[in-house]
Amino acid sequence: MQMQMPLWPEAASAVATEIDYLYIYLTVVSVVMSVLIFGTIFVFALKYRRRGDEVPEPIHGSLRLEITWSVIPFLVMLTFFWWGAKIYFLNATPPPNSMDVYAVGKQWMWKVQYPEGQREINEMHVPIGRPVKITLASEDVIHSFFIPALRIKHDVVPGHYDTMWFTATKPGRYHLFCAEYCGTEHSGMVGWVTVMQPADYENWLAGGGSSGTMAQQGEHLFEQLGCSTCHLLDRQGRCPILRGVYGSHVQLTDGKTVLADDAYLRESILNPNAKVVAGYKPNVMPSFQGQISEEGILQLIIYMKSLGISNAPGAPTAALQPGAGAKATQDGGKQ
Amino acid sequence: MSTALQEPQTTETPNYLNAEYGWKSWLFTTDHKRIAVLYLISISVMFALGGVFAMLIRLELLTPQGDLVNSDTYNKFFTMHGVTMVFFFLIPSIPATLGNFLIPMMIGAKDLAFPRINLLSWYIYIAGALFALAAIVMGGVDTGWTFYTPFSTTYSNTFVITAATGVFVAGFSSILTGLNFIVTVHKMRAPGMTWGRLPLFVWANYATALIQVLGTPVVAITLALVALERGFHIGIFDPAIGGDPILFQHMFWFYSHPAVYIMILPGMGVMSEIITCFSRKGIFGYSFIAGSSLGIAIIGFLVWGHHMFVTGMSMYAGLYFSLLTMLVAVPSAIKVFNWTATMFRGSISYETPMLYAFGFIGLFTIGGLTGLYLGTLGMDVHLTDTYFVIAHFHYVMVGGMVVAYLGGLHFWWPKITGKMYPEGWGKFSALLVFAGFNLTFFPQFILGYLGQPRRYHAYAPEFQVLNVMSTAGASVLGIGFVIPLIYFLWSLKYGKPAGNNPFGAKGLEWTTQSPPTTFNFDVTPIVTEEAYAYSKKHEVEVG
Repeated sequence: MQMQMPLWPEAASAVATEIDYLYIYLTVVSVVMSVLIFGTIFVFALKYRRRGDEVPEPIHGSLRLEITWSVIPFLVMLTFFWWGAKIYFLNATPPPNSMDVYAVGKQWMWKVQYPEGQREINEMHVPIGRPVKITLASEDVIHSFFIPALRIKHDVVPGHYDTMWFTATKPGRYHLFCAEYCGTEHSGMVGWVTVMQPADYENWLAGGGSSGTMAQQGEHLFEQLGCSTCHLLDRQGRCPILRGVYGSHVQLTDGKTVLADDAYLRESILNPNAKVVAGYKPNVMPSFQGQISEEGILQLIIYMKSLGISNAPGAPTAALQPGAGAKATQDGGKQ
Repeated sequence: MSTALQEPQTTETPNYLNAEYGWKSWLFTTDHKRIAVLYLISISVMFALGGVFAMLIRLELLTPQGDLVNSDTYNKFFTMHGVTMVFFFLIPSIPATLGNFLIPMMIGAKDLAFPRINLLSWYIYIAGALFALAAIVMGGVDTGWTFYTPFSTTYSNTFVITAATGVFVAGFSSILTGLNFIVTVHKMRAPGMTWGRLPLFVWANYATALIQVLGTPVVAITLALVALERGFHIGIFDPAIGGDPILFQHMFWFYSHPAVYIMILPGMGVMSEIITCFSRKGIFGYSFIAGSSLGIAIIGFLVWGHHMFVTGMSMYAGLYFSLLTMLVAVPSAIKVFNWTATMFRGSISYETPMLYAFGFIGLFTIGGLTGLYLGTLGMDVHLTDTYFVIAHFHYVMVGGMVVAYLGGLHFWWPKITGKMYPEGWGKFSALLVFAGFNLTFFPQFILGYLGQPRRYHAYAPEFQVLNVMSTAGASVLGIGFVIPLIYFLWSLKYGKPAGNNPFGAKGLEWTTQSPPTTFNFDVTPIVTEEAYAYSKKHEVEVG
């Protein structure tokens, strides 16, 4: 039997420490409230215990007391609300300089990939001191990406992208759990997050990915799936030129415009007729629903992102990190 | 049980138990008291079944490896524990048993407004329970009691539609009971029984009935949609066929959060009756306790999104749901403070029901306060879907609701059966339940903050010590539940005759004989005083 018995989880980020303070605050208030209530009841139960056939005087109530014990607790609760909302809003907005990591939940594993091309299963490596934005996708049911040491969790809902972010502050190896019940091996959908010193992280990055960067993997898919026969890069084909599309505002046939973000590009791959670009006809592009994995879609998106805004031939925005693929080979057999 | 009930020799006066004999007289009865007994037996069976699954879960979690049963079996255990306990025990528990038995008597009526519909609601409940049992016997369900999509509609290979049908059908029983209570309280009150004189137990069940009638249709629709998508691939929730999985959660929690109040409000009603009786004192702040029941019923419909803070819901929606969650805690706090104030300068005695009332206030307070942690946005991100949530809602559902139910059962057992339960054993098992409960669930708060996710068949080894404590507590709790079962049955034959009012309680139900006659009152009572007129001086003033 394991003798270790932690009573407090490790805190490996600034938000984790803040959550700990909030937790302590909530606990102190709760203990004070409980002691007041239980103490009062205990005193009353002893002091006014039945001694004979006495008949107590009736007391009907007191409006002043009712108002007091409604308003004061509510004001205290508003402090909980305020502090909790502050952290929640902070968690919701990744800083613009975040590094990107992509995680796909699939019954019952986490597939993690990096723009530099590394791919891992049930492992994630990140440096300290740098905001990390994780884009989450699910291949099947709802999962939830939970790192207790960072006090963050986000559901991974099939059908669209979710994001979460953190800045780790303390190197170590921390649990990664799936927190939303997802079927048979739900409790086996666990892994480790390794938080490293920046230099160690650079070393680790240099040791990964024989199959090129995520953008290169995406380019390969782009050829393989035949996208490039219609989406020509440098002249007009049957379908829109994708160079410079990422992040731009696209005019649609119904007159609306839409921001070409990850969600729009994903939708256009899986359901091309949903939002057709002005000047093009529906039913030209087939749906790729069921023919491409969520990881593949992410690679395609990164590829499109790498095409940038200019007409100059492929200058990927993501850093090029060619190297040998120790990490990628783990993945190979399960693809 | 029925053999003991059929002994005319021991009961000299005619009453509802010896009015007729034979199984037909029970299965075709329209007497609210007999229907209450039918419900009591049925929900006890479901409670025992849910309890067996709970023990199997705790046994599996004794070790981190997941070695007692395989993952699929474990997943079925917690699903069937949740489904039987929530839909077939907690939701009907107090309204269908104590509420059915007491509401007509408390308001001076001969029966509920619709006695045949009352019987129908029991048959519908049984039909629903049979579907649930069929799902278990055929091989079980593994979706969790929450039936989250698209797992339930597309990926699960178990008997989802059968179980969902059970819950769907049982919902109609709940709606009919609620409807019956609402009409009864409006139309059947005895002369002089004004709204301001209603016992708070009636107020609490009235508020509950409103939620049952307004909320239950939504869960029925939701589960019907699950069945449609699963059976006919109509895309509603599964994104692969054009649906939205989050839509399911909105619809499900729109009912299932108010359902939490369906489960706890009647328990709060029981508390008001017990605390006044054993403090021999009128309730402090009658209108605030009655009003807070209605407040909970209304605001309870507006907070469902607090189950969904990490689903990617808009953060502004998060703000709204968090703020209203804080607000819905206020009426609960009002009740706790008023019960405490009721004891002030009272004459307090410590019979078994009062011990349960003390236990309720303690455990419900902890359950309520930890609910505030979960309503606090940033905090919930860490705590949701961990054992913290499990601990929180068991403090409310078991520490609150089941404890209140046991307290109420002891309090009115003499009225229901005409026999006293053994007081010594009653106190002993009340203490056992309290100790066992805390040992089971308190460690789970710590486990949750450490990060152990819920619904895990195997867990990280450093969590084992706390899990062992929890399993040990569950064994004590289990014994605490079995002892009352034994002595209640024993008391049917050997219990001392109770007399009409063994606890010196106020309320019209105590003016009848024990057990009451079929039509409760020989003459319709005329009410001249407010509820809980325990003070003689007060009685002189009013009477």
